[in-house]
Amino acid sequence: MTDISPPQKATPPLLLFWREFRRNRVAAVALGLTVLLVFVAVFAPLIAPQDPYDLGALSLMDARRPPGFTGSGGYTHILGTDPQGRDLLSAILYGLRISIEIGIMAGAIALAIGATLGVVAAYLGGWVESLIMRIVDLQLSFPAILLALVLSALLGQGKAQLVTALVAAQYAYFARTAYGAATSERRKDYIEAALATPLHARRVVFKHLLPNCAPPLIVVATVQIASSISLEATLSFLGLGLPVTEPSLGMLISNGFPYMMSGRYWISVYPGVMLILLIMAINIVGDQIRDQLNPRLRR
Amino acid sequence: MTPETSKPVLEVENLQTEFATPNGALRAVDGVSFSLSPGEIIGLVGESGSGKSVTGFSLLGLVDAPGRIAGGSVKLDGTELVGMSPQDLRKRRGKEIAMIFQDPIATLNPLLTIGQQMEMALAAHEKLSRKAAAEKSAEALARVGIPSARERLTSYPHEFSGGMRQRAAIAIALLHRPAVVVADEPTTALDVSIQAQIIHEMKALARDYGVAMIWISHDLAVVSALASRILVMYAGRLVEEGPSAQVLRDPRHPYTRGLIDSLPSATAPGQMLTQIPGSMPALGALPPGCAFAPRCSFATDACGARPEMVQFGARGWRCLHPLGLEQKERAAS
Amino acid sequence: MKPRDQYLKVEDVSKTFTSRQTMGGKLARAITRKGPPPGLQAVSGVTLELAKGQTLGLVGESGCGKSTLGRIMAGIHSPSAGTVRIDGLPVMEHGKKTTTAVQTVFQDPFASLDPRMKVGDAVAEGPILHGLIMPSMAQKYVERWFARVGLDPSLSHRYPHQFSGGQRQRIAIARALAMQPKLLICDEPVASLDVSIQAQVINLFLELRRELELTCVFISHDLSVVRHVSDRVAVMYLGRIVELGETQSVFGRPAHPYTAALLDSVPRIAAEGEALVEFKPIEGEIPSPLNPPPGCHFAPRCPR
Repeated sequence: MTDISPPQKATPPLLLFWREFRRNRVAAVALGLTVLLVFVAVFAPLIAPQDPYDLGALSLMDARRPPGFTGSGGYTHILGTDPQGRDLLSAILYGLRISIEIGIMAGAIALAIGATLGVVAAYLGGWVESLIMRIVDLQLSFPAILLALVLSALLGQGKAQLVTALVAAQYAYFARTAYGAATSERRKDYIEAALATPLHARRVVFKHLLPNCAPPLIVVATVQIASSISLEATLSFLGLGLPVTEPSLGMLISNGFPYMMSGRYWISVYPGVMLILLIMAINIVGDQIRDQLNPRLRR
Repeated sequence: MTPETSKPVLEVENLQTEFATPNGALRAVDGVSFSLSPGEIIGLVGESGSGKSVTGFSLLGLVDAPGRIAGGSVKLDGTELVGMSPQDLRKRRGKEIAMIFQDPIATLNPLLTIGQQMEMALAAHEKLSRKAAAEKSAEALARVGIPSARERLTSYPHEFSGGMRQRAAIAIALLHRPAVVVADEPTTALDVSIQAQIIHEMKALARDYGVAMIWISHDLAVVSALASRILVMYAGRLVEEGPSAQVLRDPRHPYTRGLIDSLPSATAPGQMLTQIPGSMPALGALPPGCAFAPRCSFATDACGARPEMVQFGARGWRCLHPLGLEQKERAAS
Repeated sequence: MKPRDQYLKVEDVSKTFTSRQTMGGKLARAITRKGPPPGLQAVSGVTLELAKGQTLGLVGESGCGKSTLGRIMAGIHSPSAGTVRIDGLPVMEHGKKTTTAVQTVFQDPFASLDPRMKVGDAVAEGPILHGLIMPSMAQKYVERWFARVGLDPSLSHRYPHQFSGGQRQRIAIARALAMQPKLLICDEPVASLDVSIQAQVINLFLELRRELELTCVFISHDLSVVRHVSDRVAVMYLGRIVELGETQSVFGRPAHPYTAALLDSVPRIAAEGEALVEFKPIEGEIPSPLNPPPGCHFAPRCPR
């Protein structure tokens, strides 16, 4: 009576995913760059030639020096120095660290809140669905930056305040995506099978429905991390986001901005280049993941 | 009509279709040969993965990359179709050879009325006035059993039931009176009562207009009700062919026997069914010899070598231990 | 009938589906003062009983309501009217399924297993949550059920996509039976399987039914399968049961013209010496369930 045929030996799906990913050279390079930037950001204290927070090590004599200048610290400032006399490379590495940290934190919290709201709305239906999704729709009709701007102006400066503003501006994208995925998954037999067992609704939602909505959420998450990094940079550039004690990439650009016209381009341009590289790399990776997860784009 | 006497309208010789995969080419159709006479209906039977549908698509040159026809010949009225330019193929497709699919939604455009779609299909191959085209379309719909055909021309596909949609798709396929129609599981998604109606009408069409048909199906009973000849496929190869009644009553290949015996109607109610153990091997993991050998209770070491098709009168089989013959031989000796 | 014969008791069950109203739709109806939208009567006034250890075959064409009735018996849909009781206890109370006594095997084993859950976990999930087994015993329990449905117990750590259709249906059967149900609902369990695999799964079903003395409802559009597995048969047409009786008598001497016509529509392989089987197709199509003909639903197509 035993079914004699062995089940297919399956290659682990992640490996298959990586093999296909690798075929797109640009995406592979972007992924490499993203990993490198995250690595550099995490280990910034070990890599950076100077601790930009150590005010004692700074000398105003070294302020606004061009790239390649050897300052009083005894080492060469490859990317020059900023208006406070900080080594710009070190400042960028630390700034990158803050930007990525904020981006991932805001993205993760928005994902958790948005995905839960979307999946619950799709599962429960009725007035709960109408209420949640109308609020989400309303919010999606405003530009995210407007909401983030108003909120951070109201909440004031600080990491927690900034993350709150970013989450509030972005959870709606996750909710929309999760809702869309969950409404189509909700109709599938395995959900009906779980309900027919019967399993508790909470278990059906979080153990069966949510994991199957993961693919589109992963795509949105990568894109949203990039967008919260750029939102944060925008807010910091406008002086709204983080306090001066925690200089992110946006603040570095802002600090250098007054000197742009006086030829000291490097103070603004290099942090800007870093920001663009980071956001572009994440977006390219996100695009490739989306293409691979979207069955309609497959050959 | 006796198939032996009339000149075949379709001749397929050693057809081979491959699909390229990262692990090498998979042969989905491996050396399929048969011929079809005008007005004849052949049943092409097999389970999923047997290559029966790919064979059907190959006949019309409808195999897309990564698949390709790797060899063999398909002659339609003496003209070779394999290797023909896509433009020339397109000219013949729909006019001389047509296909009916399992899901009529795939062939019907949801945004156009049935009449508009039929008009377009007509315009592709002949020049007609709109009035004449409408006339001809209504006639074609009526022929496949759609009531008040003229009024239905202005309906959209979604206004039709599943059975009606399939009838409309069949009417479009038959518009130009093609010499050959390839039907891929056209009634599988339909209810039995609708299936019975369509089979009834298809038989009449083949008889009245001399359309030759290849009816692809997994359902032996449906095929036996329609086809005069049956081809049985397993893992990309033809394993048995012959007149339907003979094949179904007295199969030579153990796989055909297994298929027939595993039908619930073959066993008394409530009793255990005769089952074929295991399942069809994946195309990438075929055994070297007879592909059915691992599931076959008659298999011997000799089955490790690939058996050739044995032709005997109207029947043929690809098996070293054909059923019904060995026993007879043994009884004779 | 004796109470023993009423192990499964379906009493006057009806189900009307109303199309879900959007806010805008409700508003539009409120403004135009129209009543609620017309409902679709999927099942109307079904009453039937089944004895312990018996199998009821539920047949009919698409849209006849057999799947809806099955889902009501399984406690997936709540009936608009009427009750379903198993062994004296209701399957649903206040629109919620209250019992684990009814379990279901679905048609498409590719859809009915959670693609992101290991098959062993899927089999153990219900029994653990309902306290049938301790979590520490789960592995043993799953392996026992795997062996029972003819699967290699060492495969319980794999995901559904690594199995073939027939193997998945075995897993789905194991999942349902691991809940130790009193009634097993099989909704077209072999419809999506190949002929040779279909026979294997039907045999497994017959074997388990005998060993476990299962009471079953077997829903199928395939009359030959239903004839093979069931003791009693209910034939449905447009939401109503048109014929109900012992399998042998329903198939042997159908009383309702629809049953007779349906049996005539089924293609079958001609027996020895018999000419090619000719069908007598039923005239016309099934009317829309939104607007069924008054009186006998089959009257417009009835040959008699």
